[in-house]
Amino acid sequence: MTAALTDPTTLSSSHRRIDAPKPRHATLTGWGRYPLSESDIYRPEKIAELQAVITSNATSLIARGAGRAYGDAALNDQNRVVDLTRLDRMLSFDPGAAILRCEAGVTIAEIIDVFMPRGFFPPVTPGTRFVTLGGSIAADVHGKNHHRDSSLASHVTSFDLMLASGEIRRCSRNENPELFWATVGGMGLTGVILELEIALRRIESAYLDGELIRAPNVDAAIEAFERTDAQYGYSVAWIDCASSGSALGRSVLNVGNFATLDQLPEKLAQDPLNIMPRLSPIVPFNLPGFTLNSLTVRAFNAALYMFHRDSAAHMIFDWDRFFYPLDSIRNWNRIYGKRGFVQYQCVWPPEESRAGLIEILEAIAGSRRASFLAVLKKFGAQDGLLSFPMPGYTLALDFPVTDGLFDFLDSLDAMVLKRGGRVYLAKDARLRPETFRAMYPNLAKWQQAKAVADPNDRFSSSLSRRLGMDPA
Amino acid sequence: MQKILILGATSPIARALALKFAYDGARLYLAARDASEAQRVAEDVCVRAGVAALSGTFDAVDFASHDKFVRHAANELGGLDGVVVCFGTLGDEEAAQTDPDAAIATINQNFTGAVSLITLAARHLEQQRSGFIIVLGSVAGDRGRARNYVYGSAKGALAIFAQGLRGRLAKSNVHVMTVKLGTVDTRMTWGREGAMLTIPPARAADLTYAAFRKRREVVYVPWFWRFIMAVIRLIPERQFKRVKF
Repeated sequence: MTAALTDPTTLSSSHRRIDAPKPRHATLTGWGRYPLSESDIYRPEKIAELQAVITSNATSLIARGAGRAYGDAALNDQNRVVDLTRLDRMLSFDPGAAILRCEAGVTIAEIIDVFMPRGFFPPVTPGTRFVTLGGSIAADVHGKNHHRDSSLASHVTSFDLMLASGEIRRCSRNENPELFWATVGGMGLTGVILELEIALRRIESAYLDGELIRAPNVDAAIEAFERTDAQYGYSVAWIDCASSGSALGRSVLNVGNFATLDQLPEKLAQDPLNIMPRLSPIVPFNLPGFTLNSLTVRAFNAALYMFHRDSAAHMIFDWDRFFYPLDSIRNWNRIYGKRGFVQYQCVWPPEESRAGLIEILEAIAGSRRASFLAVLKKFGAQDGLLSFPMPGYTLALDFPVTDGLFDFLDSLDAMVLKRGGRVYLAKDARLRPETFRAMYPNLAKWQQAKAVADPNDRFSSSLSRRLGMDPA
Repeated sequence: MQKILILGATSPIARALALKFAYDGARLYLAARDASEAQRVAEDVCVRAGVAALSGTFDAVDFASHDKFVRHAANELGGLDGVVVCFGTLGDEEAAQTDPDAAIATINQNFTGAVSLITLAARHLEQQRSGFIIVLGSVAGDRGRARNYVYGSAKGALAIFAQGLRGRLAKSNVHVMTVKLGTVDTRMTWGREGAMLTIPPARAADLTYAAFRKRREVVYVPWFWRFIMAVIRLIPERQFKRVKF
């Protein structure tokens, strides 16, 4: 335990000193179920327990939230993991400023449950609501409104970070700004985020007013994004990776804004903030590997495209189906069978996006590896030193782990890198260190901040070791 | 508005239970050893349920402080309609087997401290001839096991204490409910081998609250532990002493 805790934001003397709780030794994976890792996992229920976990032992430690990073970001093979899900208390809410202060284990789903009926929504949400806020800051997650509102961390006004010494540092754009920008997107390697302040968005209803737009090829899809950009705060496209030739990149765009009361039909306007709990189907076991082969994926994607019609006019969407189509199937990660899957998400600068997209879609079509779900999205600006987003277009794909897959993804990396793009660490399980260094030009600057915050390199993960992120 | 004192409020089950009471509009005093943690739980209840909750600190084994503490809590609440006893600790099971101080500490933290606090609160409720006491016990109190009999004996004694109190307070219209918890996914079971049939703390709180609303007297949470423990109690001692769990 650090003797001199003089910083005013360190643990107040009213916290009792506690021994580190017992760990559980278990096998962990990310959401992609690849790779497997074995760790001692701690799950503190009090701040002082967390402090004891961090300071009682010099072995490497990484914080883990809801375990929704796909690859090895929240894994620490043969080392320690601290699960933050029990530190999930909401501490204050100012309805005037719409500012929530809460612990980092609070999830987006909990914010929706508590605040949507009161007319507030998370400012940014990834494609699943079952992520913690701490993890969201560490991965600097984006949502369907990135082109307009940037990432979730852009709406976080400050957070408290527990360092390897057990001390707590308040970080914001004005206070400890180097540490703030190294922690946003810093993959948990600067310390453990304890609590934070986030500005919620005011909404009039739990519905979205928007459109479905069919785009017959890549150019039409990009044109549709550019055309609807100013009008809609939220936009995303499902893209058919199994198509080729003149239909290469055919997509269905879903765009929308939260509906105002006067946009709602009368029946919905009577109870506009009813969040309607739904039943979630569950994938009860790993489906056999052949369930999703290139044929079924091809058929599924073709059917998805055929079934969607251009919405002639505006449509009203439920919030949960608009934002979280996959959350309705709770364990959808099991559909890829027991070898698991990897997500591949990349981004290109604006001037390279069209060519980059065509190049990758052609490579996929040529490889006969069809991605079951592929998503296209336009990004805006981003600030964290290791943040993934940059202005341009991003494509997210998933592939079941099969022989030869990683060689194929290496070839995609080369295409992305050549055009000045990069891949998303929160989804990665296989990027090579030299490619990573070339894709993230601010790495050296980040490493300086990391060395100051964590001089003995207490915080590291399977991901940070694989990519050689830690300062030498 | 019900005025309720929750003792050991920072445990995950107590926290979930506090929320259930708060959603129903109760006024809460959340007490725990750690003042700062108790305050965080109170803030959480306040944000989620939209009702203010008080918080404070108490020490289960500082018996001399209990009278003043219960008066203080009742004062702050502006009355007292119910007490929920959630504190307790497994302690150091191995040390408790050979070190009398460790054994007595476990007994005091789980039983003696609760007896002291419940007796003080019961006096108040008996006088006003209304109210309730919920005691969170454990299935470990149903039969002594080689591994955790010190903790088990404290929880068993607590159940018998609550049983007698229930009889005495019945004529005063005070409801005493004993909850026998099976394995719940908390710090107590985290990392223990062989923890089976574990339920999340929020589920344990839901079941406890539902039983309370039905004015149940003794409830196993979840219900199937009643049958498991019935079977375990039936095993003859000669065999049971060789069982390893």
